[in-house]
Amino acid sequence: MELREKHKLAVTGLFIGAISVLLVVLGNPKNMGFCIACFIRDIAGSMHLHTAPIVEYMRPEIIGIILGSFAISVITGDFRPRSGSSPVLRFIIGFFVMIGALVFLGCPLRMVLRLAGGDLNAFVALLGFIAGIGIGCIFIANGFSLGRAGGATRIEGAAFPAATVFVFVVFIAFPSLFLFSESGPGSMHAPIAASLAAGLAVGILAQRSRLCMAGGIRDIFLIRDFTLILGFIAIFLAALIGNLITGSFSIGFADQPVSHDKHLWNFLGMVLVGLGSVMLGGCPLRQLILAGEGSGDSAAAVLGMLFGAAAAHNFSLASSAGTGPGVNGKAAVIIGIVILLAIASIVTVKERRNYERG
Amino acid sequence: MREVDARGRSCPEPVIMTKRALKESDEIDVLVDNRASLENVQRFGRAMKKNVSAKEEGNGWRIEIRR
Repeated sequence: MELREKHKLAVTGLFIGAISVLLVVLGNPKNMGFCIACFIRDIAGSMHLHTAPIVEYMRPEIIGIILGSFAISVITGDFRPRSGSSPVLRFIIGFFVMIGALVFLGCPLRMVLRLAGGDLNAFVALLGFIAGIGIGCIFIANGFSLGRAGGATRIEGAAFPAATVFVFVVFIAFPSLFLFSESGPGSMHAPIAASLAAGLAVGILAQRSRLCMAGGIRDIFLIRDFTLILGFIAIFLAALIGNLITGSFSIGFADQPVSHDKHLWNFLGMVLVGLGSVMLGGCPLRQLILAGEGSGDSAAAVLGMLFGAAAAHNFSLASSAGTGPGVNGKAAVIIGIVILLAIASIVTVKERRNYERG
Repeated sequence: MREVDARGRSCPEPVIMTKRALKESDEIDVLVDNRASLENVQRFGRAMKKNVSAKEEGNGWRIEIRR
């Protein structure tokens, strides 16, 4: 059974790495075959939630991931509608995970893809991500918990995937309602059918394998378990080989695609993402998968990320490619880390008291 | 026998609860309600060199961790 889990993770990771390179060949921005944070940010722009002209597109990959997870979990019996594990806190944590990701310019998945493209800024970010996960693990080991989720009705569990379908159908039927970038990363995308199919496949595989970019590092810290990290490594290897084949590999810090080389802020941005991901119980990709499985709590985290993406551009918190974060973005990352540390501390102290009382 | 009710807990809490309980007791039952937790707790139990078995119970599973 253990072997089977590792098999599934390796296959899923290799597939995601390879399909990410393919999506770039088909039109997605470089090192952005998949990026949960960037794509949610583009969707926010497309839906008029922010008006940054270069990052507006209804990314079908995200819709595919949620629906793939929903469909396969219904088929296999993993669809378990549940909610009530601090949805508002999860919304807030999701919000700051997005801020951290948009200061670095990528979610943990894109961080790995950037590494595989030779972008050494992503290595600095990886160190920050590991540090953030380490901090989160200290809280988890001391009893941090966002509380128990309870069962929910099937209609509640299906509501978020259904809303996703609704938005996508409206997008296909009435594209003029939405905004589309004419230049910049938002204007670069694979054909809709390819993006949607890739998203569905990744949603199905990630649901079956429980792939999580944060979980691998977390499990090493907490329980010396090296299972989940396999997915992380497999994505890196497949994307690296793919980039070498397609000639997209170029090693260095300067002039990397959709990135900046402000080391401190790449590091701190991913500290925020790592800490938040551990508090949420999974990286942004995993939150999409869990939302597809009927978790209202993860749906709240995803909505927090959507809201965070809108705020990131409306309040100039997101980094600009090339120049890095402005003063607002730097302040937001610091404030985000402080707020998440405060939430984690308060919750942990309270849980510990309850535990000691028995 | 100690029983750990990890139903409704999100990853990785069921494993941490199991780890804590195993410090105080050699043999425990863990209740979980999703397959990710089922797999994680079983994997953790085996890594701790325990005998692990699981059966469906109610809306989830009872994982028996034995010496």
